[in-house]
Amino acid sequence: MPGRAAMRRTLYLMWKELLELRRDPRLLNIVVLAPVLQLLLLGYAATTDVRNVPVVVADADRSAASRRLIEQFNESPYFTVTHVVTTVDQITPYLERGTAWMALDIPAGYGEKLGAGQPQTVQVVADGSDSNSATVGLGYATSLVAAYAQRLIAARSPAAARAGLDPRIRIWFNPRLESRDFMVPGVLALLLVVVTAIMSSMAIVRERELGTLEQLNVTPLGRGELILGKLVPYAAIGLVDVVLVIAVALLWFQVPLRGSLVLLMALTLVYLLTALGLGLFVSTISDTQQQAMMTAMFFFLMPMIYLSGFVFPIENMPRVIQALTYLIPLRYYLVIVRGIFLKGVGLETLWPQAAALAVWGVGILVLAVARSSKRIA
Amino acid sequence: MKKALAVGRKEFRQIVRDRRTLSVLLVVPILFLLLFGYALNWDVRHVRLAVDDQDHTTQSRDLVSAFVDSDYFDLVGAVRQDQIRGLMNRGDVRAVLVIPSGTGRRLLAGRTAPIQVLINGDDANTATTVMGYAQALLNGLSTEYRLARYPVTGRPPVTVEPRIWYNPELRSALFLVPGLIAYIAMLTAVISTALSVVREKELGTMEQVRMAPLGTLSYVTGKSLPYFLVSMISSLGIVVVAMWLFDLPMRGSWPLLVLAIALFLAGGLGLGLLVSTVSDSQQVAFQIAALVSFMPTLLLSGFIFPIASMPVWLQVTTYVVPARYFLVVLRGIVLKGVGLPIVWPDMLALVAFAGVVLGLAAVRLRREWA
Repeated sequence: MPGRAAMRRTLYLMWKELLELRRDPRLLNIVVLAPVLQLLLLGYAATTDVRNVPVVVADADRSAASRRLIEQFNESPYFTVTHVVTTVDQITPYLERGTAWMALDIPAGYGEKLGAGQPQTVQVVADGSDSNSATVGLGYATSLVAAYAQRLIAARSPAAARAGLDPRIRIWFNPRLESRDFMVPGVLALLLVVVTAIMSSMAIVRERELGTLEQLNVTPLGRGELILGKLVPYAAIGLVDVVLVIAVALLWFQVPLRGSLVLLMALTLVYLLTALGLGLFVSTISDTQQQAMMTAMFFFLMPMIYLSGFVFPIENMPRVIQALTYLIPLRYYLVIVRGIFLKGVGLETLWPQAAALAVWGVGILVLAVARSSKRIA
Repeated sequence: MKKALAVGRKEFRQIVRDRRTLSVLLVVPILFLLLFGYALNWDVRHVRLAVDDQDHTTQSRDLVSAFVDSDYFDLVGAVRQDQIRGLMNRGDVRAVLVIPSGTGRRLLAGRTAPIQVLINGDDANTATTVMGYAQALLNGLSTEYRLARYPVTGRPPVTVEPRIWYNPELRSALFLVPGLIAYIAMLTAVISTALSVVREKELGTMEQVRMAPLGTLSYVTGKSLPYFLVSMISSLGIVVVAMWLFDLPMRGSWPLLVLAIALFLAGGLGLGLLVSTVSDSQQVAFQIAALVSFMPTLLLSGFIFPIASMPVWLQVTTYVVPARYFLVVLRGIVLKGVGLPIVWPDMLALVAFAGVVLGLAAVRLRREWA
């Protein structure tokens, strides 16, 4: 039975790979613990929410009215008034040093003129070197002052305050606008690449670097068996990581899982295959582990982080680059995890992404296996 | 010193011979700058909007055109109530404007007209921005209607005049460049140094090095010098290309910039050496290096995620991340044109970090060699 012999040889190789992993307890610890650690870190750090923006106030008026306006800022969860100065020129060092991100400038005579019924303009300065926080912060400041103005009108003339529109904004899928609920499922996708793709590529290249690949080549081990034996242990580790990360996301961060867990696991498996295929592919084009790491890191991981929609929305990108993002498997998987977690949708909505991911996975695996035949033989 | 140079020459030759690693270190960072400089931005434009107009009056049509004319929203089409869920689930639209019947009548009569805006919140950041746009648009219209009826009492007593300093067009490229430098420098300095030392251990050449009449100090200097130079060149390359293509203003002093990059790189190399002393295989070295350099630089430096929004314990943790200081210094020098009088505390922190990790690495290495 040649099949049984092949099976046994593959199992031996897997056993050897697992032994190697076990003999290096540090590696095993890292492979299992690092993802959980990274998820915890990411879960807390990866929030694009803008809160507690430090504000410096230049209050040239020093009246009861100006203090009430400052209070509006201080009471809002979005702003923290850290310093109050008296003239506009005094705000510059705070913004230069970065101790304040925004400045509120209340002109002299503000309270008096407001009481006399003259409309007043206050200036809000934002530090544009962090463009995202500046946009969001200015938006908050504008609506905060608009709401305050509305209350002032209501106090003066209730009839006038009633006229006009009443915007009622509803946020679907994530009503508290927690960016964590958006990021944590994405982290799952990223970690799988870091662990499985990079680790498996390095494992194969190490044999080449140390010269032991030659030895493996002269054994009766077939090419398919070699690849299988090398990849399966990393697939297993990847699966353990998936379960751990999902558990932490659900139990610790309490990210809602609105869709089916079975579907999530099934599609994650497809994605895992893609990651392994990628690892194998990288190993076929690298001679040293340093090269493998660099290639995986720069040519695969960086574009994946930035161009997949993980942090930066794809719809904001120029058309040419949007077209480029279709080449990134993470793009599809992100839509899938976020869809299942946050929207509770199933295959009826996600089938195009699932199909694309499957095509990608099969494609890269076939390509990698075809290339590896030339490399090893 | 001569010995250090000899090791440096050997390492440098190795880098140069490995064409791919060299090109990855030198060219790819600039390539990324190009790609990301154009691709990455937070500017939310062309939000796909569907409208459910149950009113069909002049006023409701005015509302819709206010959204469409704002150049933030692209009208996808009119929808019925029962189609909304499907559209949102598939992500075909990001926002839906619902105008209830009677809106026109209420507005003309001077009564409050509720308007509903539904926003897909899965991406919290985009949703926040879209919410801001919608609110500002509706507030503006609301004031118009109010003024038409109550020209005096309806006038808003306070309004905001927004101003943006340092980057008035809010171009994301300007904000990303400093972050990219930090990120790439960390990657090349920490990870490549760690791997290059551990490789000697893995291949067994470390034994030979230890037999040679070579002190720890000269070995370490020689080993890290080439990576230092390569990372320096690629960092400066990013700045120059960004100035040329993205009009990155270089408002501060060049020597100070070079000094800041050098300090940051020294810290990174020290960290790489430290990692190499605790790992025996390149796989382990890579994972540890990624964990201590790549992740914190990406997450805890304020590069993408604002530090002020993090929980307090995590904000405290960011104080040990060198990229945090480096970013303040870089944004300060490049965008704000400030000098040492303003950035000295952060420079000092960079010096302290480099000193501590290099010292620790030296102690551990000496113990390992003894």
